[in-house]
Amino acid sequence: MTQTIRVDIVSAEAEIFSGDATMVVATGELGELGITPRHAPLITRLKPGHVDVLLDGGERQQFWVSGGILEVQPQVVTVLADSAARAADLDEASAQRAKQEAETALANRTDAMEIAEAQAKLAEAMTQLQALERLRKNLKH
Amino acid sequence: MASGREIKTKIKSTQNMRKVTRALEMVSAAKIRRAQDLMKASRPYARSMRKVIAHVAQASTDFSHPFLTQRDNVARVGFIVVSTDRGLCGGLNSNLFRRLLPAIVEWQKQGVQVDVVAVGQKAVAFFRRLKGVNLIGSVTHLGEKPRLEQLVGVIKVMMDAYTSNGLDRVFLAYNDFVNTMTQKPTIDALLPLPLVATEMEAHQAAGESAYAGVKLEASHDWDYIYEPDAQTVLEHVLGRYIESVVYQAALENLASEHAARMVAMKSASDNANKVIGELTLVYNKARQAAITQEISEIVGGAAAV
Repeated sequence: MTQTIRVDIVSAEAEIFSGDATMVVATGELGELGITPRHAPLITRLKPGHVDVLLDGGERQQFWVSGGILEVQPQVVTVLADSAARAADLDEASAQRAKQEAETALANRTDAMEIAEAQAKLAEAMTQLQALERLRKNLKH
Repeated sequence: MASGREIKTKIKSTQNMRKVTRALEMVSAAKIRRAQDLMKASRPYARSMRKVIAHVAQASTDFSHPFLTQRDNVARVGFIVVSTDRGLCGGLNSNLFRRLLPAIVEWQKQGVQVDVVAVGQKAVAFFRRLKGVNLIGSVTHLGEKPRLEQLVGVIKVMMDAYTSNGLDRVFLAYNDFVNTMTQKPTIDALLPLPLVATEMEAHQAAGESAYAGVKLEASHDWDYIYEPDAQTVLEHVLGRYIESVVYQAALENLASEHAARMVAMKSASDNANKVIGELTLVYNKARQAAITQEISEIVGGAAAV
């Protein structure tokens, strides 16, 4: 029986793969890595690319990750995959969006106040109209 | 029979209301399972992350990351508040805000400025009205299957404020899903990451909820090979870890929302049933009274003749 190593590929949103393999091939930040059982403990960032898992029977499973972290321990390989394409400028854009949303929410407060004010005025006008109506009826009699 | 007709319309409208509350109840009951599955699916990631951080933080003591060092002087604190987008979920949001408010007031009494990032419509609406609190970021409409991407923005706002020395502490407030009947409003320290000394504590805290604490290993005799180096890797891992914790909180809150709505709508349906029963009784009584009166009138009329 060939030696195997346990492989877990997880992202923040789902567990993608879990099983035993004879080798794992991934693209680390400093180059391709082939991890076989009893590899020395290692931790690296992953580049966007394939993670190939060679199963015991010789079958090969491919996963695409858009980045993440690869952690290797003698008996376990853990791939912490990013759940989506990530880049500094993309993150920056979404941060800006979050700020903007808060600002519009705050800006809408004045809108809400205006609405309340308008409603108050409307109510006032309504009562005036009603009073006039009543007055007119009384005059008719 | 005027009052009879009135009662009848009331019964009808209550029945319609019961239809709505029943539908909401069933929808939530169906969604709660999916939310729980999502919650479970994201746990292994956080667990692995926690292990890595604990190890790296211990192994490389020659530098300290701002996320891991406590600051003594607190001038500004931040809260990430996770709420629901929609109402009709009982006291879920108000319980959370009620728990949160004293904490905020406490900080303000000490002259500490409070910044808030709101997740969900209800939190946005609440903090918009609250004076003395800065709303610095918000995200709404996460939907039934929140993605991490949607939360990246608000998290970055907080982390940037923290690293650029604006904020000294960051807390995370959300409803912890205990079970269908119980949701616990929770405030956790997010930054700096609380380091827990014993495995027991860490296990307790980290086992089920989104709690951010990292367990410190007593000692170890090996270290990773770092590519490219420990600092870069730790920075990367910490960033991702914070994100996953907030994401987990959002999922907990989602499951809590459905659970709370299910319970609230169930009791609403029950109440509607009760009201319908009472109204039907009143209606029948009124009808009986009308008939009796009619008969006695006829009989009285006949006797007079």
